[in-house]
Amino acid sequence: MSVIVNQSVVSVIVDHDKCIAGKGCRVCIDVCPTDILALDPQDGKVKMVYDECWYCLPCEHDCPTKAIHVEIPYLLR
Amino acid sequence: METRHIDADILVIGGGTAGPIAAIKAKAKNPQLKVLLLDKANVKRAGAIAEGMDSVNNAIVPGYATPEQYVKEITIANDGIVNQAAINAYAVRSYAMIRELDEWGVKFEKDETGDYAVKKVHHLGAYVLPMPEGYDVKKVIFRQLRKHGVQVSNRLVTTRLLVGEGGRAAGAMALDSRSGEFAVIRARAVVLCTGAAGRLGLPSSGYLFGTYENPTNAGDGYSMAYHAGAELSGLECFQINPLIKDYNGPACAYVTGPFGGYTVNAKGERFIKSDYWSGQMMLEFWRELEGGNGPVFLKLDHLADETVTRIENVLHVTERPTRGRFHEGRGTDYRSDLVEMHISEIGLCGGHSASGVWVDEHARTTVPGLYAAGDLCNVAHNYMLGAMVYGQIAGEDAVDFIAGRDFAAFDAAQVERERERVFAPLLREDGLAPTQVEYKLRRMVNDYLQPPKVTRKMEIGLQRFAEIRADLGRLKANNPHELMRAMEVYAILDCAELAAAASLYRTESRWGLYHYRVEYEGRNDADWFAFVQVRKGADGRPECFKREVPPYLYPIDAAERDAYDRLRFEQPATV
Repeated sequence: MSVIVNQSVVSVIVDHDKCIAGKGCRVCIDVCPTDILALDPQDGKVKMVYDECWYCLPCEHDCPTKAIHVEIPYLLR
Repeated sequence: METRHIDADILVIGGGTAGPIAAIKAKAKNPQLKVLLLDKANVKRAGAIAEGMDSVNNAIVPGYATPEQYVKEITIANDGIVNQAAINAYAVRSYAMIRELDEWGVKFEKDETGDYAVKKVHHLGAYVLPMPEGYDVKKVIFRQLRKHGVQVSNRLVTTRLLVGEGGRAAGAMALDSRSGEFAVIRARAVVLCTGAAGRLGLPSSGYLFGTYENPTNAGDGYSMAYHAGAELSGLECFQINPLIKDYNGPACAYVTGPFGGYTVNAKGERFIKSDYWSGQMMLEFWRELEGGNGPVFLKLDHLADETVTRIENVLHVTERPTRGRFHEGRGTDYRSDLVEMHISEIGLCGGHSASGVWVDEHARTTVPGLYAAGDLCNVAHNYMLGAMVYGQIAGEDAVDFIAGRDFAAFDAAQVERERERVFAPLLREDGLAPTQVEYKLRRMVNDYLQPPKVTRKMEIGLQRFAEIRADLGRLKANNPHELMRAMEVYAILDCAELAAAASLYRTESRWGLYHYRVEYEGRNDADWFAFVQVRKGADGRPECFKREVPPYLYPIDAAERDAYDRLRFEQPATV
């Protein structure tokens, strides 16, 4: 069975200059209710990997370096 | 796939609002017990109040209201179908819970003398206690979990309960959504606090996770209780809320009402006297939207600038803090613009309406050793504080239940069956994406179950649901995260079928829009002054039956009975 990969706009924006996931920080990954954030092993930064954002903000509020900004998902704007 | 074996004296499933209090109160009563609190997310930020709460909707504060007044108000708001003993069990503990939360550090609004500043939003009495700094509720509760020594395990998705000898709850089985590990947890009592079925209808935005409820609350607890043999109640009494259109979060009338905000139609006229969320209010709201007087708006543009700033300082920092971001994106300013409102997709929720797992005034379900609390249980209009009080009741009663009782013996075959069901989508070579099956299922829920309810539509809906059930055997997950989503589709489908079955069974209209059946207009108390229960029948299919409404503790006068049917202004009121 062949599948198509859909393109989605990311609503959790991570500032790579501020993100310290490479130093072991996992706060946003841990608190996300829908578990959609993950460490990108390529660059040692956090990225949104599932289009399942509730735009609820624990990731943004709990980030120790204020590296995250959450936007309203495109379909709702 | 490794299997982890865990034992606990009391297992609490769900780390949102009711669950942590259940665990804390069980440990407080007997510190020797091992109390394990599970969540599919992270207890620190789990559940409906992940970002706090902007008000207590049902505070019963001496000097403002009595338990008797409150029980009567909820009886009337819920069209008489309540177990008053269960509502009263909350009401008599409401104030003590507020005081305890206050001591723990939760901030409630107080007047200049230090008294709680209770506001009137309900149709009859005053029960709303604002929490302008309510964003840190979860942190306060988490400190108490640590202090009491509750064991916490995150990212464990409970999929089925273990049923032991005599039908008693024996524990649960769970999937670790990170490692893919399977967990078998034995417990002497189980408290289910998994929240509403919030991913039942599809939001009109089409975004699967743009739900009113925290989308982790997919109805898992309804499904688990059903398969364990518990009675569910009032599943035809849907949750439907008036929300900010597209954003799909609360506006929130409980916050804005006391400041002078209200709902208007396209002509700028007030059409409802009370913004308190009831089925009757939602019916008037729906009629206005559909009857040519829509859109419907929240009106704040008549308020003073400093009043609007105060409202923003609550609405844009707590409960759903991205509200401000949404308005900003569309250039909406409360000072000059009306906020377009809409009605939400359907859900099941005891805390907002009355659709939940049946519990008595001790939070006991009909399965021995199984408790339910919070939005999952059917105690009507219980909201956040009711969830906490029912958590307390469940946790404390569970301590008594397990005294002198060992683990219930259970048939190991159910573990093997569940392992096979859970891991099948991962082992399959290819198949259907869980999100696509979920999208189709929830669109069908909108098409066939969204009120007004029509018999033929609900029957077609059941056919479509049966076809989707056949598709479950083709679900394909590529990793443990997708496997969690696949298991949630099972739960959503159970909820859809149960909601349809209960809705078809009750052949009358009740609770305004929540159960508006066009072929059976109006309340029929002669035949339907009863709870509609549903449980798993001997044939494995949903079985509906009536359960008598217990005699009232506080009788309702004939003059009061229909108060919530008189929410509409007789003449349009332009203010």
